[in-house]
Amino acid sequence: MSTSIKTYSKVDYINFAVLMVLGFLVIPMTVSTDYWFTSILIPWLCLALATIGQQVIMGYTGQLALGAAGFMAAGAFACFNLILRVDGLPFFGALIISGLIAAAIGIVFGLPSLRIRGIYLMVATLASQFFIIWVIDKFGWFKNYDSSGIITAQDIVIFGKSYTSPVEMYLVILIVVTILTILAINMARGSTGRNWMAVRDMDVAAESMGVSLLKTKLQAFAISSFYCGVAGALFAFTYLKSLEPVAFDIKLSFKILFMCILGGLGTINGAFIGAGFILLFPVLLNYVGNNVFHGAIDATIISAMEQVIFGVLMIVFMIYEPLGMARLWENLKQRLFKKKNK
Amino acid sequence: MGSEILFFFEVVVGGLLAGTMYSLVALGFVLIYKASATFNFAQGAMVFFAVLSFVGFMELGLPFFIAFLVTIGLMVLVGLSTERLVLRPLMNQSEDTLLMATIGLGYVLEGLAQAAWGVEVRRLDLGIPDFPIMLIADTIGIFISALDLTAGAVAAFMVISLAVLFTQTKIGLGLRAVADDPGAASSIGIPLKHIMLLVWSAAGVVALVAGCLWGARAGVQFALVDLALKALPVLIIGGFSSIPGAIVGGLIIGSTEKVLEVYIGPFFGGAIEGWAPYVLAVFFLLKRPEGLFGEKIIRRV
Repeated sequence: MSTSIKTYSKVDYINFAVLMVLGFLVIPMTVSTDYWFTSILIPWLCLALATIGQQVIMGYTGQLALGAAGFMAAGAFACFNLILRVDGLPFFGALIISGLIAAAIGIVFGLPSLRIRGIYLMVATLASQFFIIWVIDKFGWFKNYDSSGIITAQDIVIFGKSYTSPVEMYLVILIVVTILTILAINMARGSTGRNWMAVRDMDVAAESMGVSLLKTKLQAFAISSFYCGVAGALFAFTYLKSLEPVAFDIKLSFKILFMCILGGLGTINGAFIGAGFILLFPVLLNYVGNNVFHGAIDATIISAMEQVIFGVLMIVFMIYEPLGMARLWENLKQRLFKKKNK
Repeated sequence: MGSEILFFFEVVVGGLLAGTMYSLVALGFVLIYKASATFNFAQGAMVFFAVLSFVGFMELGLPFFIAFLVTIGLMVLVGLSTERLVLRPLMNQSEDTLLMATIGLGYVLEGLAQAAWGVEVRRLDLGIPDFPIMLIADTIGIFISALDLTAGAVAAFMVISLAVLFTQTKIGLGLRAVADDPGAASSIGIPLKHIMLLVWSAAGVVALVAGCLWGARAGVQFALVDLALKALPVLIIGGFSSIPGAIVGGLIIGSTEKVLEVYIGPFFGGAIEGWAPYVLAVFFLLKRPEGLFGEKIIRRV
């Protein structure tokens, strides 16, 4: 796996401007149905952010971690408690502190990575997944002693104005995701990212060249968990609109793993492509089931088939294109625009 | 003896026997790891797939024994297609790539099983009651379930036969040669394809047996996949390439999690079984990364 390190070209700036205009102006003005915001755009952006977190640790640093949902839960409940217990804390402040709390937990659970790798590390990170959810579930303080099990998330209030409509929430998320994505792209192409990739490609060699494994790995775990934490808080406050530990179970961790791998390991745009695909594909499958077969196929069979197709795609990508959909997209672009320079 | 000590023994024995059920799942992992250095994340899904198909065949009216044989045939087919479609194209790829491919394989098997047989929870009656055996209860004063005891016996039998297969037969020698260096093994004429097929089929049979015992206890349902995840800490403690390790690891995990749950769990509202095995595995990893019986890992540039 190698990722080229390039400086920004004019095309990049144009692409960025187009995306920004599209995201902040065109979509809010043209998309009028709430369904698109609440069921597709909002979860897409949240999960893409979590997938960037997974990319940092798995795609860039090469550490097989399977616990993204645990850190998302940590972020979500941290945000809930901060807003609940700290008077006058602005939403963005709470969001950043939630991310930092998730990062701190990430460092603790990242410690085993200093000694172990591969499947061993995966089991260690599974410990974090189950442990975090258990702690939140069993200690009433985190849930503000609410016994019903489902806690409604507070409204997002920024400078005294609450943002509760789907479009407003979408814009809030888009701002956060844009800033964090730009940060991630810059980290990945700077010295930080080069250290991550050196550790990924050959940790022993990286260490002998003076890259501190301790610093690099823990930093990657911290940043990864920060992204997951922020994503979890946004996910709970805008998409779920409630806080329940069950929503962040191992299944969600697997989902994010799939988004990361199918999207393309070691790419930031792959996080968005992968999250979009995993999110949209079931919608498409249901649509086909309802409109082509007119509901003749049972819903459980459709969701089982969805699982089969994800699994098959995972295998097919591992065999034919381990770099995922992001690479397919690159190849397509090169073919379309006949770019000779790399 | 005081009743408290008896109770403690009861907890430990119950845990040990429940641990053998984890061992059975772990055994499937070890088989494949030993012969192909592939970490088969799909083993849990294979357990689910096998037992759900088994119950499904019985619902179709096949008698117990025939259904068992048909399911074994099905698992051989799964092994065959896995070798063909997944492992062969991925030969000589890194361990992580193979691991991810088997995660995909797990998804495929889970989905196929549910598409074919539906998602509702089914009961599986093996004719072995999950009640304490009165004879033991009366003489020693410890309550042990007959199902647990059967599981222990089955696990012991499987381990012994697999250990004999691996160490005493020509096939076993071939398996170990392939695991060590597939290229060298095939160059001296060991049929790689057959070895892989054999190993995956054996893992399928182990999965079916484990699935039957788990299914009889907890019902045949999707949650079996999550239970099978607990085989991972078992493997870490026992070592990935050791058959006795899988058993010892299972016993350690089984007894520790029960003792912790019974004696420490109540202080925290219970359910620490859910994470205790993983945390235990992490501590083990920090002290002895290769597991109790595993081979020492040396990494070179």
